[in-house]
Amino acid sequence: MPESSTVKDVLSSSVECRTSPLRRFSLSALHRNSLGVFCSEDNVQECLSHISQEVSSFGLRPAWTEPGSGSELNIVAALNCMYDLIQLHRRGLRTLENMEVEQLKSNSNVDFLQLSTTRLKEQLEISKRENTGLLERERQLQLKVKSLQNCLKNEKEEVQKLQNVIASRASQYNHEMKRKEREFNKLKERLNQLLVDKKEKKQAIDVLNNIGRADGKRSLWKTEKMEAKHEGEMYKTLLSDYDTRQRELQLENAELRKVLQQMKKDMVSILSSRKPAAKGDKHEHGGTQAASEEEDDEAFDSSKESVELYCVHAREKLTNSIRLQWRRLKSHVERLDSQVSSAQTGESKSTDAVPRETHEEEMDRLKLEIQQCKDFIQAQQQLLQQQLSSPCDEETASLLSDCYMLQEKERLGDEWKTLEEQRKIFERERRNFTEAAIRLSHERKAFEEDRATWLKHQFLNLSPFSDSKKPSLSKSKSAFLISAETDSSAAVAPEKFIKHRSESPRCVPLTSPSTADLYRTLCLIPEDSSTKPKRKTEHVEESSVFCGNAPVRHKRWDGIQDRTLSQEKNSSI
Amino acid sequence: MNFSEVFKQTNQLCKVSPDGKYLATCVQYRLVVRDVSTLQILQLYTCLDQVSHMEWSSDSLFILCAMYNRGLVQVWSLEQPDWHCKIDEGSIGLVSSRWSPDGRHILNTTEFHLRVTVWSLCTKAVSYIKYPKACQKGIDFSRDGRYMALAERRDCKDYVCVFVCDDWHLLRHFETETQDLAGLEWSPNGCVLAVWDSCLEYKVLLYSLDGRLLSTYSAYEWSLGVKSVSWSPSSQFLAIGSYDEKVRILNHITWKKITQFEHPAIIDNTKATVYKEAEKRPGVGSDEMPLHNITMGATLFNTQSKYEICPLPVQIPVVKPDPDRASPKIGISVLAFSSDSRYLATKNDNMATAVWVWDMQKMSLEAVLEQTSAVRCFQWDPLRPRLALCAGNTKLYLWSPGGCVSVQVPTEGGFQVQSLNWHCSGDSLILLGKEQLCLCYMDTDQEDK
Repeated sequence: MPESSTVKDVLSSSVECRTSPLRRFSLSALHRNSLGVFCSEDNVQECLSHISQEVSSFGLRPAWTEPGSGSELNIVAALNCMYDLIQLHRRGLRTLENMEVEQLKSNSNVDFLQLSTTRLKEQLEISKRENTGLLERERQLQLKVKSLQNCLKNEKEEVQKLQNVIASRASQYNHEMKRKEREFNKLKERLNQLLVDKKEKKQAIDVLNNIGRADGKRSLWKTEKMEAKHEGEMYKTLLSDYDTRQRELQLENAELRKVLQQMKKDMVSILSSRKPAAKGDKHEHGGTQAASEEEDDEAFDSSKESVELYCVHAREKLTNSIRLQWRRLKSHVERLDSQVSSAQTGESKSTDAVPRETHEEEMDRLKLEIQQCKDFIQAQQQLLQQQLSSPCDEETASLLSDCYMLQEKERLGDEWKTLEEQRKIFERERRNFTEAAIRLSHERKAFEEDRATWLKHQFLNLSPFSDSKKPSLSKSKSAFLISAETDSSAAVAPEKFIKHRSESPRCVPLTSPSTADLYRTLCLIPEDSSTKPKRKTEHVEESSVFCGNAPVRHKRWDGIQDRTLSQEKNSSI
Repeated sequence: MNFSEVFKQTNQLCKVSPDGKYLATCVQYRLVVRDVSTLQILQLYTCLDQVSHMEWSSDSLFILCAMYNRGLVQVWSLEQPDWHCKIDEGSIGLVSSRWSPDGRHILNTTEFHLRVTVWSLCTKAVSYIKYPKACQKGIDFSRDGRYMALAERRDCKDYVCVFVCDDWHLLRHFETETQDLAGLEWSPNGCVLAVWDSCLEYKVLLYSLDGRLLSTYSAYEWSLGVKSVSWSPSSQFLAIGSYDEKVRILNHITWKKITQFEHPAIIDNTKATVYKEAEKRPGVGSDEMPLHNITMGATLFNTQSKYEICPLPVQIPVVKPDPDRASPKIGISVLAFSSDSRYLATKNDNMATAVWVWDMQKMSLEAVLEQTSAVRCFQWDPLRPRLALCAGNTKLYLWSPGGCVSVQVPTEGGFQVQSLNWHCSGDSLILLGKEQLCLCYMDTDQEDK
């Protein structure tokens, strides 16, 4: 059936279009079957009903009234329906066309509008630029106007000044003119007066007597020689003045030159000390040349040191070299400055970062050092405080007070001890000496007495009346005495010794001079012994000498002797 | 500081002899010569008329008394009081009279500056110098007394004549490049002559002793120019004071300006000390001193004053001069170097109460002294850097680098100090009032502030 096939095609297409709003009831049958058609011989009725529903939904008259009338299609209705659908479709197409046309139109409008906006924007840009240009011009013109106004003001001021100047000059001229006129008038008057005056008062000088010249010399005639002399003197004055001035300038020059040399030396030394640190700079400057020039300069200096730089070239060289050095120093300082500033701002290059870090390290180290020092000082302070304020016991205080000198003190103590011991020994020896001396003196005395008695005895023996008893008695006495003395002395010796000992504190002042005496006596004693057999009188004299030589000491001796004798006596008693 | 009693004088004529031993004063017709230390009258001379000008000769043996209205000059001798000398200029009149440096010649300038007559007291001979110029300073003697420079005006041109004072031989005669020469001055070493033009043109010319032009200096054109010129005693500097209130210093080697000193009305930004005179008013109505005051006469009116140091900025009172008048009271009219050339004292005419002291070593302002009244006169001590000034009142002011002091002149009847002169030894000052004079003996110790 070709009609059905076309219907099928249409239906299939419409089914394709409306797959989604499919009615629920039994439309699965109306789907495209395996052959791809909407309607087949079995589902005609359903198709019909479906189509009628659709048509009615479109608002068209349904093609058939009821499905029960049979499977016959109302062809007219169907054709009307088809025609209506076609019209509908046509209408749809037309509206589509219209809409497309509309869309095209609107698109073209949009394009047009876009174009116009871009154009307008460009125009706006251009006009803005023009505006700024104009504003700029206006500003410049205003500046120009201001400057011109200033110029005008200045010119006006100058004009005013010049007018003032002219006015003052004019007043000055007028004043001068008036003055001259007044003087002229006076002159005229005077002239008139003189013409009128008959008596002309002449000039005259009336001096009592001529006075001598100030320098006492005679005045000389005015001759050419004098004139020449005057000229000569004048030139001499001038020359001497120039001489002094030249000398002064020379001295000044020498000073300045010295200063320049010194400056140069300093600068060279500064720059050379920086040479190892700033080798890069040297390369910058084309270093070898600079170095050689420096060396040249130095060599130049050393050679010319003694010779003064009198010639112009040498002077120029000096000034040039100084300028060069100064420039170098300046550039170096500038570089340092820039380095510092760049380090500060933080724009660090690799080379610059290093010094910064080292700088920071240095800072840290210094800070640490400061801290340490502070701690140290703190500790010291604390200790000092403790020392001053803490109440410690007497012992520890006394110990601590001299703790620094302990060793020395101990040593000193030891030395003292040894000294003491030595002194004691010495004293003992001295005492022994004195005792021996005393003993000796006693023995001597006894011996003397013995001798005296023996001599007496001899003498008496010589004489017819001799008493045998007495001398023997005396002898024996003396002997006894001596022996007694010796015995007693021996006996008393320990006592004496003891007594001496006990009396030693008192006798100390006595013992010391006595040692001197001791030596004397010891000296004297051999004298005595030598002179003994010769003379009695000598002995007596000697004894008197002995007695009289040192009266003070003798007293002391006596004192001792008395004491010892008394002691003996006491002891004996 | 001791003050002598007050003596009479007329015409501000009071001069100490060059050797410093005598003081000559003119009282009306009389010439009184006193001993400086004792102030006893040694000689008394009577002149024929009121003395207009009095001058000692250089050897302190003679005194010249000129009477301009009579055209007479009388010379008196100290050694021989009865020696007399009278020079009569006759009908030609007399305008100025002065000694020559040797003390044996008198130069009289006749009226109208017709000529200068050189009278010799040794030979009674007369010489004439024609066409001397009538200007501010037309004649100057060199310091050693050997040469005299004289300004001449001939055929509307200025010339300078250099004479040898020995025999008045004309050594040099040359034309100067000035419009209207106003003055000339020898440098202290006698080798350079400074010549300056009138105030209408700023021009200073420096001539060597033999007449060669060494240099010309002109600071500006058209405005009023040089008002005063002064050499430093060492001949190193030439100070030029001008109407533009500035002092320009030239150096003797290049004759170029090395610095200029300005005198602004407001002093700021300087290391100088500004001393301002402040009056100490005595308490009015105090019970302690009424009787004393009455007996003391005018001491009530003699207010004590002292110096105060003002902090910067300081404003100096300025008096604007009348622009229509000639020679306006503006500009540096007085320049004075101290004897060691270390300081320069200046006075600006429109700031008449202030004296400016400049340090020549540092080339800067050292001190400014502001007085209560216009400064009349100031002079440096001949030996020390000490400046004495007076302001027309009863006080004497002294400045030294150590400080400033104001001393009341203890006289009855109010002695207004108009001018002062130092004694050549620097030990005493002669204060001149209107009709009186007084000597002030300085202590040798330093003064304090």
